[in-house]
Amino acid sequence: MNSSPDTMTRTAIDQLEGYSMNAGRSDSAATRGHHVSAVVPAVRPVVTATSSSRLEQTVKFQTKSLDFFYGDNQVLFNVSLDVPEKSVTALIGPSGCGKSTFLRTLNRMNDIIEGTRHTGDVLLEGTDVYAPQIDVVLLRKRVGMVFQKSTPFPKSIFDNVAYGPRVAGLKNRLRLAGIVEESLKRAALWDEVKDRLNKSAMALSGGQQQRLCIARTLATNPDVILMDEPASALDPASTARVEDLIFELKQNYTIVIVTHNMQQAARVSQQTAFFFQGELVETGDTRRLFTNPTQKQTEDYITGRFG
Amino acid sequence: MSSASTSSMPLASTGASLCRTLSVQRLKEGLIRTGLFACAGVSILTTFGIVAVLFSNAVYDLSPASTSVNGQVQHNAAFFQQVSIREFVTETRWTPQFSEKHFGILPLVCGTLLVSGIAALIGIPIGLCSAIYLSEYSSPRIRAIIKPVLEVLAGIPTVVYGYFALVFVTPYVLRPFFHDLLGFDVSLFNAASAGIVVGVMIIPMISSLSEDVLRSVPRSLREAAYALGSTRFDVSTRVVVPAALSGIIASFLLAIARAMGETMAVTIAAGQMANVTANPFHSVATMTSYIVNVSLGDTEIGSIEEKSIYAVGLTLFLITLSMNIVSQFVLRRFREVYQ
Amino acid sequence: MSDLEVEYAGLLRQRHRIARCFEWCCLIATSSALLFLAVLLAGVIWQAWGWLDLQFLTGFDSRRPSSAGLLAGIWGTFWLILFTTIFTVPVGVGAAIYLEEYSREDWFTRLIKLNLANLAGVPSIVYGMLGVTAFVRMFGMISAADGVTMVISLGFGTLEIPLPLGRCLLAGSFTLSLLILPVVIIASQEALRAVPPSIRHASYALGATDWQTIRHQVLPAAVPGIATGIILALSRAMGETAPLIMIGALTYLAFAPGSLNSPMDAIEDPQRVLDAPFDMFTSMPIQIFNWVGQPKADFQHVAAAGILVLLILLVAFNATAIVIRNRAQKRISW
Ligand SMILES: Nc1ncnc2c1ncn2[C@@H]1O[C@H](COP(=O)(O)OP(=O)(O)O)[C@@H](O)[C@H]1O
Ligand SMILES: [Mg+2]
Repeated sequence: MNSSPDTMTRTAIDQLEGYSMNAGRSDSAATRGHHVSAVVPAVRPVVTATSSSRLEQTVKFQTKSLDFFYGDNQVLFNVSLDVPEKSVTALIGPSGCGKSTFLRTLNRMNDIIEGTRHTGDVLLEGTDVYAPQIDVVLLRKRVGMVFQKSTPFPKSIFDNVAYGPRVAGLKNRLRLAGIVEESLKRAALWDEVKDRLNKSAMALSGGQQQRLCIARTLATNPDVILMDEPASALDPASTARVEDLIFELKQNYTIVIVTHNMQQAARVSQQTAFFFQGELVETGDTRRLFTNPTQKQTEDYITGRFG
Repeated sequence: MSSASTSSMPLASTGASLCRTLSVQRLKEGLIRTGLFACAGVSILTTFGIVAVLFSNAVYDLSPASTSVNGQVQHNAAFFQQVSIREFVTETRWTPQFSEKHFGILPLVCGTLLVSGIAALIGIPIGLCSAIYLSEYSSPRIRAIIKPVLEVLAGIPTVVYGYFALVFVTPYVLRPFFHDLLGFDVSLFNAASAGIVVGVMIIPMISSLSEDVLRSVPRSLREAAYALGSTRFDVSTRVVVPAALSGIIASFLLAIARAMGETMAVTIAAGQMANVTANPFHSVATMTSYIVNVSLGDTEIGSIEEKSIYAVGLTLFLITLSMNIVSQFVLRRFREVYQ
Repeated sequence: MSDLEVEYAGLLRQRHRIARCFEWCCLIATSSALLFLAVLLAGVIWQAWGWLDLQFLTGFDSRRPSSAGLLAGIWGTFWLILFTTIFTVPVGVGAAIYLEEYSREDWFTRLIKLNLANLAGVPSIVYGMLGVTAFVRMFGMISAADGVTMVISLGFGTLEIPLPLGRCLLAGSFTLSLLILPVVIIASQEALRAVPPSIRHASYALGATDWQTIRHQVLPAAVPGIATGIILALSRAMGETAPLIMIGALTYLAFAPGSLNSPMDAIEDPQRVLDAPFDMFTSMPIQIFNWVGQPKADFQHVAAAGILVLLILLVAFNATAIVIRNRAQKRISW
């Protein structure tokens, strides 16, 4: 029931934190099927039509004719997109075209906005995330999200990173400390903050705050990370660090990133989807899309004729 | 540009009429401005008046040296010119109306703390919970109904609360439960009934101030918390409330200061026994109820008994003022953090 | 999938249960406040049932519960609120205009703003102490023993102003005015601030002076907001008891201020109108307070009847404020 490459990284954490020492394996095995099955769908290998270079790739997320409405205002029209596993998918398009909205349908963040509705399907590993039996709390834990504006909680650095595991029910300080360290290391922030974990996160620089938010997301142990213009408020140096980080992370996580910056999309992503006025105009291998767009609108956009 | 041609043209003689002249119009404007300034000054005068009155009667008499009552020359002396601050602070009896006079503020402060403590116990949890409900849970429609109703609670005169405490809370809530069921000795006038109604009285204050504070926590923090797999409970209690904590505490302080200054409900329901007790079912006198009770009686102007209310008033004023100042400072700091 | 994930999943049901409990707690807390209000109103109506009649509204207080009436309190409250309005409105609105339209952000303005915030938090009884000293006794500058009376002759009667004022209605109104002034100023400031700057700029561009701009453009636009704030503040003054007791309002009084018992009296004998502000007085909440403290059990019903009258008046006041606000919102839409 779990995707195999995933196990590798998890085991790494396990060893680091000594989970295997922990008793209660049999309990876990018993509960596993019962509570989790609805949320963690089985993996179905799907041949992605978009990436011709890789022969067969597992699809992590899939939307099928997705329409989305804020009240009566429809902002997404018939969007069908496959997001391959363990790669970076970039969403580009002029502002207001619905990129953020699309991203937020993937982890149901739009649920908390009054008066929104959708039609069509959003499938995570083949299971509709909007199905009634889906627990949205678990879904969001598995599908993490990083926002444009860094949003550290007004707490210490440690408490920020430990937030997710804590609300999920982890109380053991040692294990928390292990997760915090591991997450900060993966977010390439550990060396900068290891001496001041108990200081307020608000005192960090903008770039550090954003990496902290990434670390905070990693701490909840997601498989997918959604990033909504994560570097657009950062200076070039910090942007470069975040980009490097995304490049690293794609080995273990499926990443969907919204970006305004086409160079960034070209640098970090394998697949790119171009949105225009709520429609998915074109999607495909990043290099192909930037060098040889099939649609006129895409070409206009990437050559800077509008947007 | 035609700069050359303009300079060659003769200057139009409008310059003079643009100059400031002392006209009736200007005079009128100036007078109005001064009048409005004076209006604004009234609030400063009020503060000055309050401080002067309390100081002059309690600490050091500033009024003209002597006044004649019944032909006698009488020297005015403020309360603390007759009673040492030491006695005021350390003595444990407050009996200015008896022949053997003691002036220890402790029983009155104790009564005030008891009543406002009970009020806080009622008002803070309910006020905070309804603030959380209004800001985190309720739909705008429900909110639009609940908020005005809560404000009605704030608009009810305090005598009405006193009446309710005496006529309903004590006989129908406290007596059946604590006396008949649990065997406590509940007197007709007691701190608990007064505390309960004062607690209800401060609910609207706490809930509206705290709700403002909670709402000013940026939406982005809530979204970030949801995105990490939080339930609404997690978001409210682990992110929003902690982020707003200083502001929330400031609203508690304001409300408790209000409870301490609350007069009529306490005068009606809590009785007037100035004693040091922590028993909520006993009659207590608070600072405010003492002042009212002295005012209701026939006290001779200038007597130590009459002066004592100013000493009590000064104590009350200083306590509530400092709580207000602290909470305003905290609230201002809080607002700066979130713009 | 690691153990930890499984552990989390196992805890999930409990987390949702806690979250639901918490929501219920908050809902119950909110409704308990509303429930209290309902019980209070129901209790008062129940106690007042059968006691609120014409005799109660037109009779004076009595030692017998069955014949006790609220008339002295009704007139007392009427005069108190009338004079409080007369004093508060010009001063409060004037101060707000100065603070919003004239003052620069200097130390004096900051001082006034800080001061207003603190004055709003001063217990009302402290205002009573100020009122006694400043108005009733006039700081002892004129002693009560050799007090003077200023006599001003008007066409239809004489205005006799005692100095010091003594325990008269006017002293009560002055005190209430100071008490609600901070609230009125703050509300008026908000109303003025809500008037868009473009209105001012347009007026200045036409060559209007500061005052002309305020008088003809800004104030009319802000009137609904100011009126709402003033009415709410007055309804607070209407329920105030403690400062008036300090001023020396009488708890038992069997006549109305100036012996003006019906509006007709004012026409028949205008002198009574001139006497009213300097007469002794009581007010509705003070009569209620007096009745609550009476040992005879039936006075509880009388008190409830008085409370009901007071609450009805307050509701009327607040309803007026709401109507003004709503109509203004409909009319003006910038
Ligand atoms: N909370 C909201 N309520 C109503 N409309 C919204 C909301 N958020 C976004 N929209 C609208 O949806 C459209 C798409 O917005 P968004 O997804 O943020 O675009 P992008 O991220 O591509 O700039 C815009 O027209 C915007 O006005
Ligand atoms: Mg966006």
